[in-house]
This record gives sequence, structure tokens and C-alpha cells, in this order.
Amino acid sequence: MEGVDSHSMGKPSDLVQGTLDLLILKTISLEPKHGWAIAKRIQQISNEVLQVQQGSLYPALHRLEQQGWIDAQWSETETGRKAKFYALTVAGRAQLDRELESWSRLSNAINLVVEVV
Amino acid sequence: MRWFQRIQIAMRMLFQRQSEAARLNDELQFHLEQQVSENISRGLTPDEARTAALRSFGNPGVIRDQARSTWNWNWLEILLRDVRYGMRTLMRSPGFTLISVVVLMLGIGATTSLFTIVRAVLLKPLPFADSDKLVMVYEHFRDSTDGDGFNVVAAADFVDWRRQTHGFEDMAAWRGYGFDLTGIHGELPEAVLAAAGSSNLFSLLGVQPVLGRHFTPAEDQPEGNHVAMLSWNLFQRRFAGDASIVGKQIHLDSDSYTIVGVLPGWFTYPDAKIQLWVPYAQTFTPEVYAMHGSHGSHVVARLRLDVSAEAATKEVGALQYQIHLAHASEPVAEDAVYRPMIDDVVQDVKTPLIVLLCAVGCMLLIACLNVSNLLVARAASRRKEVAVRGALGGSRVALIREQMTESILICIAGGSLGLLLSVLATRWLASHWRNLPRAESIQVDGSVLAFTIGLVVLTALLAGLVPAISSTGEGVLTALQESSRSIEGSASRAWLRKTMLTAEIALTVILLVSAGLLFKSFLHLRTADLGCVTDNVLTVKYGLPEKQYDTREKVVAFHESLLERVRRIPGVRGAALISTPPGEGYENDSVFTIPERPAPATTIQNDAITRTIDPTYFSVMQIPLIRGRFFTDHERLTNDHYVIISKKFADQYFAGDNPIGRHVYVAWNVKKENYEIIGVVGDTLYDVAESVKATMYFPILSGIPDRTSGSTIVVRAAVDPLTLSIPIQQQVAALDPTMPVYSVLTMQQILGRTTASQNLSATLLLVFAGVSLLLAGVGLYGVLSYLVTQRVSEIGIRIALGAQRSEVLRIVLLDGLRPVALGLAIGVAGGATAGNLIRSILYGTSPFDPVVLFAMLGCLLLTAVVACTVPALRASRIEPMVALRSE
Repeated sequence: MEGVDSHSMGKPSDLVQGTLDLLILKTISLEPKHGWAIAKRIQQISNEVLQVQQGSLYPALHRLEQQGWIDAQWSETETGRKAKFYALTVAGRAQLDRELESWSRLSNAINLVVEVV
Repeated sequence: MRWFQRIQIAMRMLFQRQSEAARLNDELQFHLEQQVSENISRGLTPDEARTAALRSFGNPGVIRDQARSTWNWNWLEILLRDVRYGMRTLMRSPGFTLISVVVLMLGIGATTSLFTIVRAVLLKPLPFADSDKLVMVYEHFRDSTDGDGFNVVAAADFVDWRRQTHGFEDMAAWRGYGFDLTGIHGELPEAVLAAAGSSNLFSLLGVQPVLGRHFTPAEDQPEGNHVAMLSWNLFQRRFAGDASIVGKQIHLDSDSYTIVGVLPGWFTYPDAKIQLWVPYAQTFTPEVYAMHGSHGSHVVARLRLDVSAEAATKEVGALQYQIHLAHASEPVAEDAVYRPMIDDVVQDVKTPLIVLLCAVGCMLLIACLNVSNLLVARAASRRKEVAVRGALGGSRVALIREQMTESILICIAGGSLGLLLSVLATRWLASHWRNLPRAESIQVDGSVLAFTIGLVVLTALLAGLVPAISSTGEGVLTALQESSRSIEGSASRAWLRKTMLTAEIALTVILLVSAGLLFKSFLHLRTADLGCVTDNVLTVKYGLPEKQYDTREKVVAFHESLLERVRRIPGVRGAALISTPPGEGYENDSVFTIPERPAPATTIQNDAITRTIDPTYFSVMQIPLIRGRFFTDHERLTNDHYVIISKKFADQYFAGDNPIGRHVYVAWNVKKENYEIIGVVGDTLYDVAESVKATMYFPILSGIPDRTSGSTIVVRAAVDPLTLSIPIQQQVAALDPTMPVYSVLTMQQILGRTTASQNLSATLLLVFAGVSLLLAGVGLYGVLSYLVTQRVSEIGIRIALGAQRSEVLRIVLLDGLRPVALGLAIGVAGGATAGNLIRSILYGTSPFDPVVLFAMLGCLLLTAVVACTVPALRASRIEPMVALRSE
């Protein structure tokens, strides 16, 4: 299983894969965060429903970095240890908007189907 | 902006990959530390916290690999790793690697060389404007069985064709010619090969002179002003590239000619030896220019856009039939035929080149099959390793890719070495292939490079894909269970290898048979009996300019005093004169009638080769007198109406009757003259590759200018004949200092020159076939040794249970010889087909020559038996205890 782990184990899919990108971009849109903090943040906000596995998190982070959507800086944490902080780039912000929009279209569509049928 | 960023990242990932990897480790380490400290804050001991963190983190190696797989240049990293891995495996078996690389180097190198030559000679368009619109038009005698049906054209025919037909846009004519070139101030004389071209020839071909102009139609007349165009070669060589030479005079055969132009250096048509051009019609007397029966010219025609070559040639053919009817008494053809100009230029080398290209193609295929075979054997010895790796998660694609990398590496190494080899080989071939047309355009260029790369990819696929796929496709358990203890374990793979082996043997047989046939042809040519003495004979050519030597007396005086002077040179055992010595080509012929015999039934007229000789020629050259007598000094000047005929002539036209005292009417140009036959002599060959042709010998002492002014002095020497060449030239110069000599050759050199290209192609093909035989032998040996290794324990058990060793030997031998027998059968059929295809370049050999067939099959069988015996003997010597314990 890759991507976002909810309580069930599912097969990796484009939906889940794309969602992880959206979650990461959204999480660092306010301030730069390191990998650990991103995973913790997603877990907290989702009330422990969404657990990001390291095996998915780091490949995703590196992929986003290679694509130029996020930018990494090495800075000190509160405890004084050096860590890799990820921040949105300009292109990344645009990408976040695009992903948000497509997500809301998708979730609305799913809601419609689920509620009507 | 984003592109800039991405390039920046791409650069960083490429050049700082090491530090990026360190950072990734650091990043993951940090994550782990966070987890540990969180666990501690939950109240776990540091040790427990660490274990729990590691447990929830998963396999750091896998995470690292997954993260890295998203990086830029990941494909490059994988490639480099595969290459490194492949190199390492190859280095572990240097013998295998070396053999494969050398085998492929030879195959790819030879194929590239031949392709380079074939492309330059056969495929590249001729360097003329719209060269695909150019055709050559020939006369065609409908009933003739001699030659290929493409007969050279008479001047008057060409003039009529051009004037009276309109199917072609234009037609031009040329013919070969020779001159003695001297300066006007007594510079050294030189015999030059020249050509005569009609005034429109150069514009029809689209060739512009570098300096000066073309010939004008007014100059292209039998009585036109004497003008000449220089080839670039002569212009540079003799006139030092001095542009002011245009407009000046040179002397050709003692006549003065004005230079009007210089041709470009790339213009080497009809061949690179032509030194200068004169107007076509000027090389004829007015009466010969008007003759329809004197053939000797080549006609180039340019197609019109709206008329096909067939239609245009049909029109010419219809006109030619009218001409034929109007001149029924002369040898005038009834029809016209055409062929594309490019085919005309390459006709002599087309078949040998294609044969050689096919041969190297076969050799390359055999090399591929062999490397493939070797790879299968290696793959088999690594089956367990591959199976275990597959079980541990290595994907089949990755495993195939790894094996392919090995074969690709071998092919790249073989290919690059082969390319180097081909550059050298091509240069060598182009310079050693006598009379190879368009040899100057041969070069290794972009498309040759592309061809080689294509070849490398193809060989890699061919050699690598089959073993890679076949060795990775099986289940882990099958591979692991099926240790060498199983008996028919790898039957399917053995089948694959045996099939490849059969193909190899079949191809080798085809190559061997073709090479054997060509080699036998060559031997046949080499040992052909010219019909005269060929050892220690020197030939020296000279030509008397008709302007100076314009009477019978002057010509005879020169010939006789030269003979007398040469005979006095120490070391000369005999000297004689003949217009063209045996083996030097067809040169002149004449049609004739025999008043005492019935006229021929067909429209084809009798023709025979004509030669002029001095009285001592036959005795000096040791050609036997069969009947009658030789010439004497009395058959001279106007008392010249006597002829000696060859045996073939007597057999063909007098069939058993005594020809002595009979007569022949010979048509010299327009007038027919009556000659009395006084002798019959043995046959000589005009070309070792051709059959005997009826010949008439006339007295050179008639001294008729033109007919007897060109001559060859043949000298039998008591010493090395070449040491006589300078003394003979000195005697010529003593008689006439403006007279050059040319073609100073021994008879052996003349023979070698005619057989040189047969020699080359036969030798090359034999080498290719030999290499293929060796490869097939190695392949056979490899397959059988592999099978024996596979069956060691089976054979051990058999022997332990009482099987005779001779029985074991027989089983293994039969096992190896079965694919050989099948391959032989296929190969013999293929060889017969190939022999039939190359029939046109065989001399004195039939495509089904039993001697060649059995010799070559014997060769192959012998190799096969030797290759099989070694593993078979090894199998029969297996010690059961050793074999069983080794498992």
C-alpha cells in the first residue's frame, strides 16, 4: 500500500496518489515544514484518520521537488538540529490551486452520486 | 521561471548526486530521530523507543530507493549500474568476452566495409544532373548469341538516331581513343588514354568546364578544327594547373590541337584514366563516319519527361530496322536496346559486390548465432542465480535488461572495433580492386555510421534477446529443483541451441559452396592455357602517328629497324610484332565472307578477330603451325593479300576441308579485299575469361597506315624480362624521340591483371567462408560440451550400470551430428540456389560442380566430427564415482 493510509489497506491508485500531492502542498502552503512535521500535521488535522507512511511521503516529496513545485531548504528546527524544510514555490502554488479545484470537482461529483443514488 | 528551476534541479541532481544521496540519508535519519524522541516522550525506554521507531519506519533501504527512483536522471543511474554490472560479469569470463568481441568485430567490420562500397558504387546516383533520367542505348543483333546483346553503336547510326528520332530529349556519343601527347617544344612524349565525345555530351550530362568551354557543333565534324579538353588530372599533372594553357596548342599524334577547356576533377566518366577529350566526329575519317557497319561508340540519352525509356528506344529500334534493311550487306543491327546509365557503369562489379555483401551478411548472421549460443550456455550456468534473484523480487524485465546489457556491451565493443576495421578494410579494398568503377566516391560517412549503429542494435537484439528471454521465463521451483541430476532437464533449451546450430551449419555450407565455386573459377582462369609461351615474355606497345608515318614504306621501315635493334639487345632471345598480344583483349574484328563456302543462313555475318603480325611472331611466341606455312619477308608492302587463320577459324568455317589456298573477303571499313589463306595456326585466347574466338592474322609488313601503325613488340628474354624494358624504350627513342611507349607488361602481368578481380572476390569469399566454418566448429563444440556437462551424472549412472564407453561415445557423437546432418541438407539446397545465382561470374565451373560440392561438404563434416569428438571422448571417459560425487 502506498499513499495515504486510512484504516483499510487498499491498492494504490491514481486517486490516492494525486490526493497525497494535494495534502502535502496544502500542508506546507502556510509555512515551510520538514517531512516529519508534514506527516504529523496531516495526521492531526484529519483526526488521525489519514496516516502518511514514510514509504509514500518521501518519494512524493522528492518527486514534487524534482518537478519544481516545492523547494527544499536546510534549516534548524526548534531543537537546534538541521532538517530539510519544504516550501511552496510560485509554480507549486499554482499547482496547489489546480489540484484544489480538481479535488473539489471530484468530491462534489462523488457526493452527488452518493447522495442521489 | 519553472523551467529554469527545473533545469537547475536537473543539473544539481546530475552533478551533486553524491551529496544529494547523503542529504536523503540525513533526512530519513531525522525522521527516525523524531519518531524515537516521540516514543521516549510517550514513556518508552530509549532502546524500546528505537526498536519501535524502526519497526514503524519500515525498511529504510527500500524507502531510500523509492525516493531516489523519483529523482531526475534515474534512468541514467540504472543504465550506469547495468553497464557496471555487465562489465563486471564480462570481465569475469575474459575468454568468452574476447571471442565474442572479435567475432562481432569481424562480422560488423566486414559488413560495414562491403556496405560502404556497395553504397558508393551501386546505390549512390551518378554525379550528373538528374542522373536517373540518363540511359545508354545500344544496337541489338536479334540472332546473336555472343555477349549480352548490348552492342556498341556505329557512328552513322548514332547520327541518324539523333537526327531522326524524337523520343529522347537528346542523345550524345563517346568512344575511347588513344594519343601520343607531346608538347610543341619537344617535351617528353607520353601515351595518353583519351576519349572522343560529341559536342552535346557534356551539356547532356550537365557538366560545366572549370576553365574555357565545351566543343561546338562545328568542331564536332570529321574535318572540324582540332580542339581538346583536358581532364583535371592532366591539367594539374602536366600543365601544373596553369590556367593560361586554355587557348594554347598541344601536339596529339603529331597534329596540333587547341586546348579549349578543362574538365572538373570529379568528372571521371567513363573512368578515371581518361586524360583528355576531343570532339567525337574528328576521330573518324569522313567515310567511316558515314558507315553503319563500323561499331565502337557508346550512346548516352536523356529521357524526356513525357516519354518512357521503352517508348523512346522503340522509336530508335524502328529506325535501326530501316537502316538494317538499307544496308543488308554490312553488319548492321536490326534493333536497339537501352539500360540505365548507372547499370551500365557498374555492370561488371554488380554481381560480385552483391555476392560479397550477401556473404558477409551470412557471416555476420553466423557470428550472431554463435554469440547467442555462447550466451545461452552462460545463461544456463547461471539459472539458479537468476531464479533466486527472481524469487527475491527482481522483475523479469530487470533481469532481461541486465542480460541484454551484456550482449549490447559486447556488440558495442565489437561494433566500434568493427567500424575502425572497416575504415581500413574499405580503403584497402577500394585501392586493390582493379577497375572498380566509381572507386573515388567511396568514403565512410554519416549514413555508413548510421548503418553500423543499426547493425550493432540488430546484432545485440539477435544475439541477446533469445537467450535473455529463454533463461528468465521459468518458475523458481522448476529451476531450483531441476539440478543437473535430472536427465532430460533442459531439453527445450538444447532444442533452441540445436536449431541455431542447424541454421549456422546451413549458412556455412552455402558460403563454402559459393566460395568453392568462385575459387575453382579463379583457378581455372589462372591455369588457363593462353595458347602461347607466357614465361619471360615482355610486351611493349607503341603507335606510329599517321601524320608522320603516312606511307607504307615509312611504317615498314620503322617496324623493321625497331625489330632489328631490339634483337641485338643482350638477353633478348627473340622479338616479334603483333597488334594486340593474347590475353590483352578483343580489340579489332572484321566481318568476312568465304567465296568457296555457302553464305550464312542468319542475318548475322561471319566475324573474326583481326591481328597484324610480323613473320617471326608464331615462332617467337611458340604458337604451333598446323597447316601451310608462316609469313615470310616476301609478303610485304602491296604483296600483302595473304592471311593465316587460327584453328578455331578453320574448324568453324571449313569444317574438315583443307582451307589452304581458299580465300576470304574481308570488309576493311568500306572496301572488301580478297585474301588467300596460306596457313593455319594454334588458337590463342584474347581474354582468359572468354572462350576461343576465330582469328585472322595479316602481315604487318604491308605497312598500311592505320591498320598496322599500332603495334606491340613481344620479347622473349633469357633474363628477367622487366630488365629489358628500359633498353627497348631507348631503342624506340633512338628511332623517333617523340614516340612514347606504353603498357610495358610481362605476359604474367597481363594474365594477373585480367584475373585480379576474380582473384580478389574468390579470396575474400574463401576467407569469409573459412571464418564461418571456424565459427560453426566452435559453435558445435560449445553446444556439445554444454550438453555433456549437463548430462555428466546421467552418463555416470549409465556407466555405473554397465553401459559400454563406446556406446556413450556413439550416443554423444550422434547427438551432435544430427543438427549437422540437417544443416548440411538445408545448406546443399541453399548452396545450389546460390551457385545458380552466381552462374554469371563462374568460368569453367557449373553451379553443381561435384568436386567443389564434395570437397566443401567434406571440409565441413571433418570440422564437425573434430568438434564433436572432443566432447564425446570426454563423455566416454567420465568416471561414475567422480560424476556422482560432484553433485
